[in-house]
Amino acid sequence: MKGLKIIVLAKQVPDTRNVGKDAMKADGTVNRAALPAIFNPEDLNALEQALRIKDKYPGTTITVLTMGPGRAAEIIREAMYRGADDGYLLTDRKFAGSDTLATSYSISLAIRKLSPFDIVIAGRQAIDGDTAQVGPQVAEKLGLPQITYAEDILSVKKGVITVKRRLERGVETVAAPMPVVITVHSSAPECRARHAKYTIKYKHARSLSELQDTSEDYLQLQKDRPYLLIREWGIDDIDADLEQLGLSGSPTKVKKIENVVFTSRESKVLSAADGDIEYLMKELIDNHTIG
Amino acid sequence: MANYYTDNKDLKFHLGHPLMKKIVQLKELDFIEKDSCDYAFLDFEDAMDSYDKILEIVGDICGNIISPNAESVDAEGPTLLNNEVKYARGTQENHEALTRAGLIGMSLPRKYGGLNFPMVPYVMAAEIVSRADAGFANIWGLQDCAETLHEFASEEIKDEFLPRFNKGATAAMDLTEPDAGSDLQAVQLKATYDEQKDSWILNGVKRFITNGDADISLVLARSEDGTSDGRGLSLFVYDKKDKALTVRRIENKLGIKGSPTCELVFKNAPAKLIGNRKFGLIKYVMSLMNSARLGVAAQSVGISEAAYREALKYAEERTQFGKAIINFPGVYEMLRNMEVRIKAQRSLLYETARFVDIYKNLNFLSEERKLEPEERNEQKKYQRLADVFTPLLKLIASEYSNEIAYDSLQVHGGAGFMKDFPIERIYRDARITSIYEGTSQLQVVAAIRGVTSGTYLGYIRETYQKETFSSELEHLKPVLTSMTDEYEECVRIVTEADNNELMDFHARRLVEMAGNIIMCYLLLRDSKRDESYLQSALIFIGKSKAQNIERANYIRNFKLKDLSSFKFSH
Repeated sequence: MKGLKIIVLAKQVPDTRNVGKDAMKADGTVNRAALPAIFNPEDLNALEQALRIKDKYPGTTITVLTMGPGRAAEIIREAMYRGADDGYLLTDRKFAGSDTLATSYSISLAIRKLSPFDIVIAGRQAIDGDTAQVGPQVAEKLGLPQITYAEDILSVKKGVITVKRRLERGVETVAAPMPVVITVHSSAPECRARHAKYTIKYKHARSLSELQDTSEDYLQLQKDRPYLLIREWGIDDIDADLEQLGLSGSPTKVKKIENVVFTSRESKVLSAADGDIEYLMKELIDNHTIG
Repeated sequence: MANYYTDNKDLKFHLGHPLMKKIVQLKELDFIEKDSCDYAFLDFEDAMDSYDKILEIVGDICGNIISPNAESVDAEGPTLLNNEVKYARGTQENHEALTRAGLIGMSLPRKYGGLNFPMVPYVMAAEIVSRADAGFANIWGLQDCAETLHEFASEEIKDEFLPRFNKGATAAMDLTEPDAGSDLQAVQLKATYDEQKDSWILNGVKRFITNGDADISLVLARSEDGTSDGRGLSLFVYDKKDKALTVRRIENKLGIKGSPTCELVFKNAPAKLIGNRKFGLIKYVMSLMNSARLGVAAQSVGISEAAYREALKYAEERTQFGKAIINFPGVYEMLRNMEVRIKAQRSLLYETARFVDIYKNLNFLSEERKLEPEERNEQKKYQRLADVFTPLLKLIASEYSNEIAYDSLQVHGGAGFMKDFPIERIYRDARITSIYEGTSQLQVVAAIRGVTSGTYLGYIRETYQKETFSSELEHLKPVLTSMTDEYEECVRIVTEADNNELMDFHARRLVEMAGNIIMCYLLLRDSKRDESYLQSALIFIGKSKAQNIERANYIRNFKLKDLSSFKFSH
């Protein structure tokens, strides 16, 4: 089989896994400065699935598509270090304030521009919003079949993809025609480490905005090596309708944000005496922890 | 996400040594490959940044895959299945992760799929892997064999074998036999030339072979019928694809249990001659052993780092008598001494790696073009230094790693004796370092040449002692100068006795005295570049001074006739 064309959707997110006490500002918004920006973990799982297809079918190309501020070019480089071929960054002030509907609108337009393709693959959800909506919405807008909660791509044959899904009560194997949109669950294999050669090759990859104020020599390097360009697309590049973007295109309104402090309940101290053990067993059975 | 490179500032510090400029220049030769290869470096800064980024990948894989696997690899170990070695699950996973990241064959030229890494960052990678799992470090570290092929094999053999390393081929060096351990001149495995097949054929047994069932094996064999010494031995390369080797057994070892140690039987095994006949032991294996010794030194430093970190963590968490045990002098002294010895041996490790880098790259350069007289002098100088620093380093690093592992276990108390903490494994893993690739006693035999020839003394006097320091450090120099005088006096006492056995008897003492002085200077130089090393330098100088005085007193008071009371004459 000849190679496939895969588009990986990825998002740069604040690392909410190690939240300290300065993670939120007084006004209830996320203090991005206090949280390092990382590659959304499940998007890395998605990238790994794409890379495995590329390992198997060497002609495959992987394009990373992300939306965010200029510094989100970093995750495109991260993907390139692992084997992605190129990347596009949707970046425009007019995207600001987009909810999932407006985001999926913009992304689906960008994907159309990148047609034809065989697979669009993304993480199930991002750790900053945890909505799990963008992937499915993109599929709907593109009118494509979608497979969510994917854990393993079992085969890609004759235009049909077979995928194992991780569900709450077990696994399910489904097949769908391509092109298809897939969202990947965190139980899928972790993404591989960076590759030494790709890291050296792509560490100079830059978007045009990152290239401002760099030396002549460096610009020449970019000219000599076109693969180093991370393309930036604004709203004009994807022919977007302003009404459907940013705040105006976002029906979701945040009413209130509260700081919730978890307070642990008082702990119980039990001895190793028979009476205490019996008591604990009874309680664990009663609250269905065991049994 | 643990990263064993970025969490250890010492490494980046040593990577940034000023001599790297020269090393990179020799290795990249005006960056001639930058337009023909998309992963060649553009310039010096780009090279340094690339080493840094690649070591970060090594640190990532070590912290997140190899180290978490270490316990299960130790418990499971390799198994023998139909006379073939099957790695433990974790070992396979480690090897796949490193292969997939392009980290095998790192030091090979790019035309063979390598990264053209100099020794310094390559040795650093070895140190990091060893910290994660010393046993696995052997399997990864045997890519050294690629270097031997690169240095001495024909173009044809190089083209056949070298590109396989980067794709994940494993390697072994088959030297030891039941009756040829430290004394490799006694190797018996027979190599005969088969005229009909136009090929060398190997027959015989090898023992204690690390990773013996590797894809590519370098085999030391007797090619010259009727000889019995080292000059009758040649080096061959055997390809596993030929299926003429069986693994008779895998040894059950004290430590580094994840690394398969094999007994091998070669039966009519076809093999290719590396370089020239009769040069096997005297030239190629000597060179191979030198890089393997550097590898064991890196492994020792990695083990020390792992042991120290375990001890530090435990001592901070464990409370007794109402406070963390790290607050008791008996414990904090041990911990600080571990830390300082690690800094000292690491400094010696990278100093030696730099010497090796310079002379080896000048060797390669001399094949391309005639060296300038100045370059030839440098080649000789650094080769001589590498020759005496390598055994000194291997001796000191491996002994330190044992001491540090011992102390770390001691800090853990009874808990350390149980299988519940990693130190129990680390302690067992450390034990081999002062034995294989030449025991400590044999390192002394090699290093004593640096004492008797005056190479150590010359370098101390001519280079280290001549360096200028800030006033804060300058006042330490008289201490080191008097230590050097004392060492010189001891060498004279032993030399003037004109008795070989007495020299051998005191050899270790003399070598260790020189080692102490060298490491004192190295730490002083490190303090010059980064003042945070000063505390370690002060502690190490204090300790070394006392140790050298003790050794000197013993030598001064020792009479030749005292030797007889040590002997077991039958």
